Amino acid sequence: MRERFAATVSRLLDDDPRLAVVLAEIGKDGFADARRAHPDRVINVGIREQLLVGVGGGLALTGMRPILHTFASFLVERPFEQVKLDFGHQGVGGVLVSAAGSYDWPAGGLTHMAPGDVALMDTLDGWTVHVPGHPDEAEALLRDAAAAGDDSVYVRLSAHTNAAPRAIAPGRFLTVREGRGGVVVAVGPMLDGVLSAVEGLDVTVLYATTVRPFDGRALRAATGAQPSGAEVVLVEPYLAGTSTAAANDALADVPHRVLGLGIARHELRRYGTIEEHLAGQGLDPVSLRERVTGFLRPHTA
Amino acid sequence: MTSTYTALPRLMSLMTGDEKHGPAATSTLDALWVLYDRVLRVSPETADDPGRDRFLLSKGHGPMAYYAVLAAKGFFADSLLPGFGSYDSPLGHHPDRVLVPGAEISSGSLGHGLPLGVGTALGLRAQGLDGSGGGGGPAVWVLIGDAELDEGSNHEAIAYAGAAGLERLHTLVVDNASATYARPGGIAARFEAAGWSTATVDGRDHDALYEAFTAPHPGRPRAVVARVEAKGS
Repeated sequence: MRERFAATVSRLLDDDPRLAVVLAEIGKDGFADARRAHPDRVINVGIREQLLVGVGGGLALTGMRPILHTFASFLVERPFEQVKLDFGHQGVGGVLVSAAGSYDWPAGGLTHMAPGDVALMDTLDGWTVHVPGHPDEAEALLRDAAAAGDDSVYVRLSAHTNAAPRAIAPGRFLTVREGRGGVVVAVGPMLDGVLSAVEGLDVTVLYATTVRPFDGRALRAATGAQPSGAEVVLVEPYLAGTSTAAANDALADVPHRVLGLGIARHELRRYGTIEEHLAGQGLDPVSLRERVTGFLRPHTA
Repeated sequence: MTSTYTALPRLMSLMTGDEKHGPAATSTLDALWVLYDRVLRVSPETADDPGRDRFLLSKGHGPMAYYAVLAAKGFFADSLLPGFGSYDSPLGHHPDRVLVPGAEISSGSLGHGLPLGVGTALGLRAQGLDGSGGGGGPAVWVLIGDAELDEGSNHEAIAYAGAAGLERLHTLVVDNASATYARPGGIAARFEAAGWSTATVDGRDHDALYEAFTAPHPGRPRAVVARVEAKGS
């Protein structure tokens, strides 16, 4: 998705004079052509993440729309006070686009993983969070974010992708299949694994590429159609339980049970491939099936 | 209705409740006055003009001198000052740009203003507002304290601005010797090493401040270190 990000935003720079890209060394090669075409609007501040975010805030103060990019750990976690104070507290917005996420480079270890990024952003007001599961979806969501006025938007890119893009609408969950024995919400890259895991099970699968705002209406509609009440399993590619509160809030008016699956807090300290890392987290299709069926109560169809 | 320099002490006395930061406020008074009275091309009438000069108060604690100067220049009514820090007041103990007429940034946590200033200068340049067509575009001024310079985020901004030759960016360092640890070589040397033009002057001498603020510095950002009496002396 990183290549699609560079290609898409490079084209957007041609069309929208408000846009500026800010980098901290990482990803600069993808913007080399754009930098030649728009030298004032592709800015590399060097390995300086506090400055990366502060520059974004300053650009926004002059009326531009900044798009800031680096790995999630260095974009959200390292300069989090800047994210908190140099955007919302100034009354301005911008677009943050991360790569590397939670496990894109398992051999890189925890220093290059940010499973807590969405949870951290949840402590701030007014941030839209998109988690595409395919480069086509990433392009659509990036275009939507760039055109979203002065909104604050976080787009979480990953090397983990689904085989095929879905016809997603920004902000809305997509119903991928329907059943009567529970609702599984698959976020972004988790979709293919979830579909594999629930093969043959009588469950609804909702696909979420926008997690904030959380599409509570879609969740209520999906659970409302279930004869045995609201039972929800969330499968997220970042910290387990990140959206449990959002699901709970959406279902506050009805009895409900929510299981939040995702990356564990405990540091895995294992390398290898994305598939091996996901298995180590209990997020491979076999483990997911066990955990989903262990949670959902049997029902009469 | 605007006031002169002699009105400032009275205006400052109207703001009570943040006495701990009184010295921090008075340290900036003269430099702020010279900037707003003789240097900055911004007024209440032009506060939203894209071409205005920008002043960013990065040293956000003890903003009483700043508020007094803004009131004296007519950005808001003197009558707001006694409400400083009260529930419904727009004047907090740290400025909020969403609430304070004339404030370009919200501040209070040290080390944020310079990076925001760098971004501001870059944004103005990207929109062709940097005067590169001649005539000098809007200037960006950031006021920081000597102790604030401990914060590493400043140094990210100083290094980058020097390398990028951000000519419209100016930093005013008000030095009241608050920092616990000495800076071998002094403050100006840090900026010079990063490629900035610098001057160090008496922070109470209005003419010296004016000369330092307006000296040309083609192709380089500019830092003026304004020395005042040590805090607590």
